[in-house]
Amino acid sequence: MPWNLNSDSPIFVQIIEHLQVDIISGVYKPGDKLPSVRDLAAEAGVNPNTMQKALSDLESTGLVHSERTSGRFITDDDTLIKKMRKSLVDVQIEEFFKSLEKLGFTGKEIIQLVKEYTEK
Amino acid sequence: MSNLLEIQGLSKTYDKKQALNDVTLNIAPGHIVGLLGPNGSGKTTLIKIICGLLQPTNGSVLVDGNPVGPKSKAIVSYLPDKTYLDENMTIESIIAMFKDFYEDFDENRASEMLSSLKIDPKSKLKTLSKGTKEKVQLILIMSRRAKLYILDEPIAGVDPAARDYILRTIISNFEPSASLIIATHLISDIEPVLDEAIFLQNGSIKLYQSVDDIRAEHGKSVDELFREVYRC
Repeated sequence: MPWNLNSDSPIFVQIIEHLQVDIISGVYKPGDKLPSVRDLAAEAGVNPNTMQKALSDLESTGLVHSERTSGRFITDDDTLIKKMRKSLVDVQIEEFFKSLEKLGFTGKEIIQLVKEYTEK
Repeated sequence: MSNLLEIQGLSKTYDKKQALNDVTLNIAPGHIVGLLGPNGSGKTTLIKIICGLLQPTNGSVLVDGNPVGPKSKAIVSYLPDKTYLDENMTIESIIAMFKDFYEDFDENRASEMLSSLKIDPKSKLKTLSKGTKEKVQLILIMSRRAKLYILDEPIAGVDPAARDYILRTIISNFEPSASLIIATHLISDIEPVLDEAIFLQNGSIKLYQSVDDIRAEHGKSVDELFREVYRC
């Protein structure tokens, strides 16, 4: 099953986000070896060059590192993974607040509504 | 790295109608390129000139440094938009013919793909559905270890599940030194697989850009951009 990609942002950005979520949610564990570029590209249903570009980008953030002959691995640095997890949470919360503020709710009201929702 | 396909100032006129007008483009090895444009924009004419089936009025084509001729044809694997195979032949005998005809034909690859798509090699072509015939032809074309693959409307008659399989097969089979040109109207299906998109309009290149640059620049997919550019 190809990955679900949307139409308005560059594909390599979406691949990066997809792999970040896979790392945070534990699909790939710290220190795990990643499949080859070609296999990942086939799995995602994307162009291998685009997959390569996304992986190089993940490498530059340190989340993934490559060993010359044996392939690419997920970082075993827990703090790095936790940091990324935190930054993804911030993005989600910001979007959540923005969309409810558009509907006319204030910050206080939103927090109250979230409380009520979790207590239900 | 030198280009796999180099086209310089290519024009083609049929009687009075200009089908291609001063087309210049280069395709690097390892790239998958979508050749997109409305009906009558010159896609098939361009493809047929690259394959040596039509003579250009002006301009030149080089495939891996070779002018169009026996040397270029040996490294181009072409899927036409219409079938040319004898309907009375079985798939097996067509495979044997391809093996005779093309030095770079990989029989194992063909058998593997046929069995994944549950197609019986003993069946005659005329007993197959339209979609299955298309699959068989695509399998034959992709089983050559060519340098340049040119597919003219390869997935139009194929169901979505088989489309996914075929695209996956293309991704995982084709060599990093080879390139692939896909002419199609089904842009959204193939878009994630493309490096670049070429928009043809009235025989000229309107746009030749990487898919991710198009998305970053226009904030929309190639499919959406196409609908906007060619709005009727």
